[in-house]
Parts: sequence; C-alpha cells; structure tokens
Amino acid sequence: MTPRRTLADREDVLGGVMLTPALAYVILLVGVPFVLAIVLSFSDATAGSLRFGWAGVRNYAAILADPIFLRALRNTAVVTIGSQLLVVVLATAAAQVFRATFRGKRFARFVLLLPWAVPVSLAAIAWTWIFDSTFSVINWTLKAAGLLHGWLYWLGEPALALLAIIIVQAWRIFPFATVIVLAGLSSIPQEIVEAAIVDGAGFWRRLFQVELPLLLPVVTVAVLFGVVYTATDLGVVYILTGGGPANTTHVLPTLAFQRGILGADLGQGAAIAVFLLPFLIVVAFAMLRLARRAEVGA
Amino acid sequence: MKRVALYAAALGFVVFAGFPFYWMLVTTFKQNRDLYVGASDLSHIPWIFNDPPTLEHVKLLFGQTDFPRWVLNTLLVVAAVVVITVAVAVPAGYSLARLAGRWGERMGMGIFFTYLIPPTLLFVPFSRLVSLLGLQNSLASLILIYPTMTIPFCTWLVMGFLRSVPWEIEEQAMIDGYSRLAVILKVAPRLIVPGILTVVVFTFTLVMQEFVYALTFISSVEKMTVSLGVPIALVRGDVYHWGALMAAALFTSIPLAVVYNLFIDREPTFHHPFTRGGCHENPNGIVLRAHRRGSVHPLGCSSRRGPAAGRTGGQARGGGDAHHYGFHKRHSLHQP
Repeated sequence: MTPRRTLADREDVLGGVMLTPALAYVILLVGVPFVLAIVLSFSDATAGSLRFGWAGVRNYAAILADPIFLRALRNTAVVTIGSQLLVVVLATAAAQVFRATFRGKRFARFVLLLPWAVPVSLAAIAWTWIFDSTFSVINWTLKAAGLLHGWLYWLGEPALALLAIIIVQAWRIFPFATVIVLAGLSSIPQEIVEAAIVDGAGFWRRLFQVELPLLLPVVTVAVLFGVVYTATDLGVVYILTGGGPANTTHVLPTLAFQRGILGADLGQGAAIAVFLLPFLIVVAFAMLRLARRAEVGA
Repeated sequence: MKRVALYAAALGFVVFAGFPFYWMLVTTFKQNRDLYVGASDLSHIPWIFNDPPTLEHVKLLFGQTDFPRWVLNTLLVVAAVVVITVAVAVPAGYSLARLAGRWGERMGMGIFFTYLIPPTLLFVPFSRLVSLLGLQNSLASLILIYPTMTIPFCTWLVMGFLRSVPWEIEEQAMIDGYSRLAVILKVAPRLIVPGILTVVVFTFTLVMQEFVYALTFISSVEKMTVSLGVPIALVRGDVYHWGALMAAALFTSIPLAVVYNLFIDREPTFHHPFTRGGCHENPNGIVLRAHRRGSVHPLGCSSRRGPAAGRTGGQARGGGDAHHYGFHKRHSLHQP
C-alpha cells in the first residue's frame, strides 16, 4: 500500500471530525450541567425567575442544620449498604444455581431477568400495591401461615418503609449482579476447580476458599454499579413512599427533587444533590483502580 | 438430594424475582369485588381468581385513560433518540477504535465515565437549561436530554464492538485502492450493523425506563411517557385504579422482557462493558455473526486486535476490551 496524503486519508482529521459531535454533546450537555449543578448549589436561584445571585455556603448551612436532610443522608447510606449486602448474597447464590443445568432453566432465567428489564417506576408501583396497607398480599400470606399476629403497615412506619425500599432495590438489582457473577464464574479456569476437587475440597470449601476469592473483582464491579444505581435512584422511593411518612424515608435524590423542583428552590436542591458526589467519586475511583490492575495484570 | 436443593433454590429465585409480575397479571384480570377484599380476611385467598377473570381494567386502560397516548409519545421519543444516538455515537465509536490510536482507549474510558453521572445530580441544572430554551413540558426536552445518557454508553459499546471485528477487511479494501474515507463510508457500515442493533436496543430500553427527567420536565398528562404517566397520572387524587395500573405495568413489561431475553441470548454482555468475560469461555454471538459475514480469519482472542494495537506492535495490553477491563482468567490468577 502506497501512503497517500490526501485529506481523505488523514486519519487524525477523519477521527477528529467523527468524534466531535459526541464530544460536543458530552461537554455541552453533561460537562457544563455538571459544573452548573455545583455552581447552582452556591446560588439563590429559583425556578420561577432566571435571576441568579451568589449565596455562598448559605444553602449548605441550611441543609446541614436540617434534620430532614441529615435523615435523608443517613437513609441513602442505609438503603445503599443494606440493599448491596443483600444483592451480594443473592447474586452469588443465584449464580451457583444458574451455572448448573436443570429442567426449565430457560424459563427460570427469563423470570430472573424480569426485574432488570421492567422500568423502575412500573416496578415501584407494583410493589406499592403489594405493600398496600389494607390489601397487602404479604400480610395475608404471613397471617395465613400463622407467622403474623398483628399487622404490618409496610409503607406507614419509618423502619418498615425503609426495609421495603431495601427489598425493592435489592430485587431490582440482583439479576444484573447475577449476570456479572455468572460471567465471572465462567472465566475461572476449570483446572483450578478440578485441582481443588482432587485435593478433596467439598462444595462449601470450594465456594469460599477457591471460587469466591477469584470472583472478588467481579463481585466488586457488580457492587459498584449497584451502589450507583441505588444511591442515585429517585423512582423507587418517590413512588413507594414519596419520602413519607412525615419525611422520614427521604433519600438524597427525592429530597433534592422536593426542594429543588417541587419547592422551586434550585439552589438548595442542587446542594442536596451534590452530596451524591462522595458516593460517585468512591465508585469512579475504585473502578479506575480495578481497570488499571487488570491492565497491569495483562 | 443435591438435585432437590438445586430445584428448591431455583424455585426460590423464580418466586422472588417473578412474584410482582404474577401479581400484576392476577390484578389485571381480577374483578373489583375479588380484588378489594382486605388482607385480614383469611378465608379469601388473594393469590387466585375467586371470581371469573374480567377484561374491564384492560378496557378502562385503553379506552378511558391516556395510556395509548403515552405509548405513542414514548415511541416518538425512542425514534428520535435512536436517530440522534446512532448518528453521533457510531462515528465516535469508530473514531476511537480505528482512528484515534492509543488515545482512543483513554478517551473512550473518559466518555464512558460520564455515563456514571446520574440524572439525579443533573436534573436541577437541566430544569434551568430546559426553561432557558423554552422547552419545558415538551417531548423535545426529553429528545434533547436523553442522548446525554445514550451517547456515552453507546460510543463505548461501538468502540468495544469494533475491536472484535477483524481489521483485515478494511485493510484489504485500502489495499484494493479505497481511500480511508471511502472505507469508512462504504465498507465500515456493513461491519457495524450488529453493533448498531445493540445501540438501538439499548436506547429503546433506556427511554422506556427513564423516569427522573420525564418527571422533572413534563407536567401535563398528554405529554407524558409510559414510565411517567402510569405511576403518576393513573392515580387520580388518592384513588388508585389498581387493575388498570397493573395492566399498564404488565403490558409495558412484556415487550421489554422479550427484547432483553432475545438479546441476552445473542449478546450476553450488552449491559455493561464490565460484564464481558474472556472470549474463549463466553463466545459472543454478535461477534461470531459479524465474523461469518466477513469470513476472513478465525476469531481467536489473538486476532482481536485493532489497527491501533497493530501499529504499535501489538503491545501486551491487547486490543480486546475483555482483556483490558475484564476479568479474564489470567488476571485473576496473577492477582494474589
């Protein structure tokens, strides 16, 4: 191939031209709004007018003195950690089941993936009906089984409502985590597992001392994505409890929405949303480290 | 004994994952007097049809609510966002995989990370931006903003996909006298088709599922999408029409579930680049298809090299995204 030097063969020019629209979109509509999100949190902007005044740290001072905000911050951490713990256990167990072959596996896998396929808001409304204070099928089943003597007001009591939120978040995310763990399981070299069997390791020993340590990076990735999906999710809490009863189950996104959009106080809404950043920075940092380790390992 | 435990565990997961969908199904077709019996009445079993099934909720949903309108709105937004995403992300992915050299990888990673910035961090500034542009309460606002989620992810997706398509086809075209531009315009599109299909499916599912931006920008009922209208506008005041609500949830879930399952059979890794396994253990349906069509080289891991890696002497990092970020067995073995 003889190298030619026409414009149609300049890879740098062509590459630049083809990349520009995507870069422009990302910079203008993700980068700029991201900066704006932080700038707004230091402003007294409201939704009603386009006025924009500097407010210093007033928004932050206001929310940090606000028990509803502190509660939302705590709830976000509790829901994220609680649901991800559940996800890890469920996904590891489900992966053990779904790596085996059994009759009806195709159907079982179809059902397993449903929670991940359905829109969050529709799943949340279905769970709202399941947790209904009068018609809850869970209460009926528990009572019919003789396990419940009083009554569970699932979405009416703060602790139960938080538990309900954790259950729904775990339900929604564990199929995704299972897919990741399955992919990880299939990449464990068969020789290692066979060597463990030859050495006399049983199922549990193999699981905890051979496979789980090898799966650790994969499970970490699943958890990192799960943290992002849970901590930054608005739909589940907004539809399930709306932050109630009495503002006890707000998480950061729902409180930011309530103050920033419904309450029209953009500055305070932005300041609340900014508290999501620590969650995201930890996740981004961990992912970069994992990616780099994989790179060095290669 | 082991089989029994396996089936019991599988059944447990199926019940947990599928129970809300069973509940949608039962609620959709139950008569009201069968539906609204308090759960404290133990003689009335809510799990089954105690009265004959009915279509009244389905008729209500399609005849007397804005649900059909929301479906149309959603499809309109899907179509527009697909066009924008394909037009922007496919060239960008090609550029990063084939033209950008060693910077492509890093830039691709950078673009992918913007996908992690969540809607709940951006909806406040976007609400201001959308009202500045005069787009509040319009489908145009969604069409403008949704690509901020699809473009980063799909650029990454196309880049990873192209890494698995042998470079030799394009190289051969250049040897045959095509200019680089002609290769991009005439040869590459055919190779990218399966990748574009992935982009379309991803965009479709994302638009179907999005809730936060729709909730922020759209206020009037006739402008809503399905995922917003069903949980927000089907509830009239405090009255929940649970039959119609669950019917809407059910009918929206079915096509999505079918798409997901068809797709995950072909491309087990489309959710995330991080889920890609090694290529021996987890052969990737789409890649194999593309390879058959091109029928050039057997597609072992070693041939998964982009031109960038080729130019720099095929350095050890390899071109395959699975190797780069993934958890190929070699990495996990070397990690203590």
